[in-house]
Amino acid sequence: MTAKKTFTIFDQELVPEHRILSEEEKEELLKRYRVKLSQLPQIKASDPAVQALGAKPGDVIEIKRKSPTAGVYYYYRIVVED
Amino acid sequence: MHSMKKVIGSIEFGILSPQEIRKMSAAEITVPDTYSEDGYPIDGGLMDRRLGVIDPNLRCETCGANYKECPGHFGHIELARPVIHVGFAKTIYRILESTCRECGRIRLTDEEIEEYMTKFNVNEARKSEIDALVTEVYKKARERMVCPHCGAPQYQIKFERPTIYWEIRRDEEGNEYRHRMMPSEIRDRLEKIPDKDLPLLGLDPEKSRPEWMVLTVLPVPPVTVRPSITLESGIRAEDDLTHKLVDIIRINARLKQNIEAGAPQLIIEDLWDLLQYHVTTYFDNETSGIPPAKHKSGRPLKTLAQRLKGKEGRFRKNLSGKRVNFSARTVISPDPMISINEVGVPLVVAMELTVPEKVTEFNIEKLRKMILNGPEKYPGANYVIDPQGRRIRLMESNKENIANMLDIGWTVERHLLDGDIVLFNRQPSLHRMSIMAHRVRVMPYKTFRLNLAVCPPYNADFDGDEMNLHVPQTEEAQAEARILMEVQNHILSPRYGGPIIGGIQDHISGGYLLTREGSYFTKYEVEQMLMFAGVDVKELPKPDKVENGIEYWSGKTIFSLLLPKDLTIWYRNKLCDDPSQCEPIEKLIEEKLVPSEEEIRKVATDGFVYIHNGKLLSGAIDKKAYGREDGKILDIIVREYGVERARQFLDQVTKLAIWVITHKGFTTGIDDEDLPDEAKARIREIIMEAEKKVQRLIEAYKNGELEPLPGKTLEETLESKIMAVLSEARDNAGKVAEKYLGMNNHTVIMAKTGARGKILNITQMAAMLGQQSIRGKRLYRGYRNRVLSHFKPGDLGARAKGFIVNSYKSGLSPQEYFFHAMGGREGLVDTAVRTAQSGYMQRRLINALQDLKVDYDGTVRDPTGIIVQFRYGEDGVDPMKSWGGKTVDVDRVIMRTLIKIREKG
Repeated sequence: MTAKKTFTIFDQELVPEHRILSEEEKEELLKRYRVKLSQLPQIKASDPAVQALGAKPGDVIEIKRKSPTAGVYYYYRIVVED
Repeated sequence: MHSMKKVIGSIEFGILSPQEIRKMSAAEITVPDTYSEDGYPIDGGLMDRRLGVIDPNLRCETCGANYKECPGHFGHIELARPVIHVGFAKTIYRILESTCRECGRIRLTDEEIEEYMTKFNVNEARKSEIDALVTEVYKKARERMVCPHCGAPQYQIKFERPTIYWEIRRDEEGNEYRHRMMPSEIRDRLEKIPDKDLPLLGLDPEKSRPEWMVLTVLPVPPVTVRPSITLESGIRAEDDLTHKLVDIIRINARLKQNIEAGAPQLIIEDLWDLLQYHVTTYFDNETSGIPPAKHKSGRPLKTLAQRLKGKEGRFRKNLSGKRVNFSARTVISPDPMISINEVGVPLVVAMELTVPEKVTEFNIEKLRKMILNGPEKYPGANYVIDPQGRRIRLMESNKENIANMLDIGWTVERHLLDGDIVLFNRQPSLHRMSIMAHRVRVMPYKTFRLNLAVCPPYNADFDGDEMNLHVPQTEEAQAEARILMEVQNHILSPRYGGPIIGGIQDHISGGYLLTREGSYFTKYEVEQMLMFAGVDVKELPKPDKVENGIEYWSGKTIFSLLLPKDLTIWYRNKLCDDPSQCEPIEKLIEEKLVPSEEEIRKVATDGFVYIHNGKLLSGAIDKKAYGREDGKILDIIVREYGVERARQFLDQVTKLAIWVITHKGFTTGIDDEDLPDEAKARIREIIMEAEKKVQRLIEAYKNGELEPLPGKTLEETLESKIMAVLSEARDNAGKVAEKYLGMNNHTVIMAKTGARGKILNITQMAAMLGQQSIRGKRLYRGYRNRVLSHFKPGDLGARAKGFIVNSYKSGLSPQEYFFHAMGGREGLVDTAVRTAQSGYMQRRLINALQDLKVDYDGTVRDPTGIIVQFRYGEDGVDPMKSWGGKTVDVDRVIMRTLIKIREKG
């Protein structure tokens, strides 16, 4: 009866921006920090933000966070199965 | 010194196999006894000479060395029947549940095995992932009741702590019955598991075959691990482990006999269980489910697990924390005359602690003299090390000989000298400032001396505190301590970016007495104080005034002599309680940037500090100048002139303040709180008014006229309104007291400058204590409906619930005294609980964070290279070197540039 409401978590002001990195960006990131994929912080595939983005395990997510010290701070997390 | 250098690449743990245990064994132990009657070890007994010796007269039969050199050798016991190793009891259960009882394969299909194996290889690095996979495999395999490989039906297995396993079998009629699985049966099953299935169970077939978890051979630790002690009475007391091993051997022998004699199965199983019990308690005497093995006296035995576990165990007691040489500990006492980065070391300590100094052509004469002084005369030396690395103890008899032989290439362990670098520490070492490097000052008497300004970082006082001192022994360590750890490098705290080391107490009061308006000194006094403070002045500045032909200098002028010559800063200090006083001068400075001195002097006030080019033109010095936590001048000096200049400033300014305060005289007593009668009358009035107001509130409440505040019940509303009235009353009383006690009152000086205490403390001493509370509420517990029996039940009035109208000076009534004790108790309990809780939190935090480090690329990583933060603190700023958290203070840079431009015209 009530119209189906679409709800996206990114509309919430406390949820930071998430973005899937392209393959080139991923390469660039790994080279910049000289890390293997397994050394990145992880995020579970079941995470609501990951599901909303439709990211698959193995993808790297860029999170643009607000930081009290730096203003804007980029955080990278690799999607893993849970 | 010249031992072979080996580097540990990695450590892997595995389970000892029976073959390995036999291979490393020097002897099989069969006799359940230690020493024969003549006092020598019995062959084949637990003190067998092949296991090493602890007797100085004997030699080890395995390596031929004596008790000092022989490290000891393992032996072994051949167990008559296998037993479970308690430590692996749970793992065995898990493995039994996930493998087939017939063919030994893991109860997964070939496809599943394939799938998990690839997953294992993908997640090489992370241990947590592998652990998760292993539990997943276990859960899946356990559910499968038919083996996918051989088709055999599987039975449920029950595990009864600590070491009993049952199989729930079914007979032909389908009735369930329990079958006790003996360790030998378990071992057979484990043996059947093929190597290729083991990784899925979390095991490495090379290092830990599952059947090794069931013991057939028991290693016997060397005698050196379990030495026996000879008591004064000549009776030998054996180690707990030896006692336990005796039990094991005894039961083992009995079991063997019974088996050989063909005893009934029941008896054999009883003995087997007994052997299992002894082996279990030998490993862990606190295993739940079985009674701990006891000593004859009734004390539980300390077996292997107990030796390792807990705070007193091997890890936390002996490996994470060790005792060290070249350290000293004694009581501390204050010395305001030494620098903040010095420590006074008693002569006796300086003669015991040594620094190794290499002999070169530059120091050979000095060191030769020290050797000739020997160990008993300061400054001497205790040891020398010759070029072959031999350590020779210096004695009266050989010192001259050695002094002659001394040459370049030798090393002399000389006594501590003035200027040596040492580490100084006070427990609890909660932050990095708890261990700082100081320079040595050798002094008479027997206490460590430290400057008062470094008390806050150590949290030290002199009511009997003791501190530790360590002498770095290599040049690298000394250089590191000098560069990173010296006190002046820690003036600013990384916690809040302000000074943690600064003037305290009398340093602040003294600074105020020196610099307040109207404070002048004669030439004699100025010379005295500058000499005392160690300020090097070639010529005194022009006197500020001449009266009756006598020259006078203002305290501000003298204070300015300590400041860097181009320092400019202005701020409102703690004395500025009326903003209207400070506004004119602040406006003037901000508008003109370089106002003339005359202009400034006209609007100068004690509440506003203005320093222009190293001259204090306005304002008195208080805690905001160089006190800890908010010393602005000190802060600027550290950042703009460096830590060395800051150290010098702090040393000089504290001494100067001390000279002033000792020569002006500064004291406080209860008569500082004397109030004139009119003030006392005013305070009485305030109290009466407040009590009347409270009465009116209670009336209103009783008549139901009180309007409840949002979110509160009627009672809560009444309480909060009463609390508000009473705290206002106390504030007003305080204000009255403050009005009658001026800036010539020493308690007021201390409170207002921030040297010690708050205005509130003065209020409580002079006017009244006010409301006592527990958990933010008025006192209410005690008797039924009243706190004390001196009041009527249900009395809601101010005095009945802990309002104290008296002051510390006027004295408390008995009821008030009791109320005060109630409120005071809360504070005591709070501190006790807080320290316990925060100590535990600290431990947890440190355990979680201790191995993280900032890499050269600015990322924060754990030891395996996993990134925690992509930039340290998200902005990469060192809080100790930042300006209130920012990398640069833009306003200050602009201000300084503007001033420079205007000054040039």
